[in-house]
Amino acid sequence: MAVTEDRIEDAAALADLLHRVEALEAAEIDRGRAVQKKNKMTIIAWGGNLDRIWPTTILATTAAASGLEASVFFTFWGLFAIVKPGVRITGENWMQKMMSVMNPGSAQKAKLSHYQFLGAGPAMFKKLADEHNVAKPDELLALAQDLGVKLIPCQMTMDLLGLKREDLLDGLEEPIGAATAIREMREAAIPLFI
Amino acid sequence: MSTTITTVDARGQSCPGPLVGLARALKDAPGGATFELLATDPGSKSDVPSWAELSGNELVSAETLEDGSFRYVIRKAM
Repeated sequence: MAVTEDRIEDAAALADLLHRVEALEAAEIDRGRAVQKKNKMTIIAWGGNLDRIWPTTILATTAAASGLEASVFFTFWGLFAIVKPGVRITGENWMQKMMSVMNPGSAQKAKLSHYQFLGAGPAMFKKLADEHNVAKPDELLALAQDLGVKLIPCQMTMDLLGLKREDLLDGLEEPIGAATAIREMREAAIPLFI
Repeated sequence: MSTTITTVDARGQSCPGPLVGLARALKDAPGGATFELLATDPGSKSDVPSWAELSGNELVSAETLEDGSFRYVIRKAM
């Protein structure tokens, strides 16, 4: 009698053990797929307008100042914001050149999406910024680099617009593609598209 | 123990000026170093506590001075 009871208990213990092993294995698989988020902010800077590039640079510098890892991926019109201030016309063919004339490079020359008024809008905006001691995007970009924000150009847009590495600001990260941008965003607790 | 307080004068500066100035001052300081941040930006009232929470540094005190400006005392995390 006692022997049978022991066997039943053993069988129950074994079933329980197997069940727990199964649960652990499942958890292990989950762990492998789960994403470990970092204390990090990644911004996809798609827009090159002043009213996009400004918040982009404010958020990036503030994140870095707050101890977060920060990176900004510049793509499409955003790329013109990190063209060197002195660089005028970029590109190889007439289409790329025309694109650069319509989107003058550097954050200093960024246009407003509304109230452009042939340049009067941004001028007024910058005058107001001066009066309120708000740093301007080109200053914020330099500050961001100083604070260790990774500024990353998009390789594909560079090719498309005919922008060369030497047309862009110094101290940028190596140009990357969409998959690396996604990897940056996946691990960032705060991914933004501006 | 030294009790020197480094002053970061960000009066007149707007967001994110005061925090960037503070972060730069803290950068090379040892853990436990104490700073006072002077600011006039009303946004700093919410921004400095947020910054402290994000960065893990300690906001020791926050006060509004007689002239309406703000004074924050911050201790760098160890």
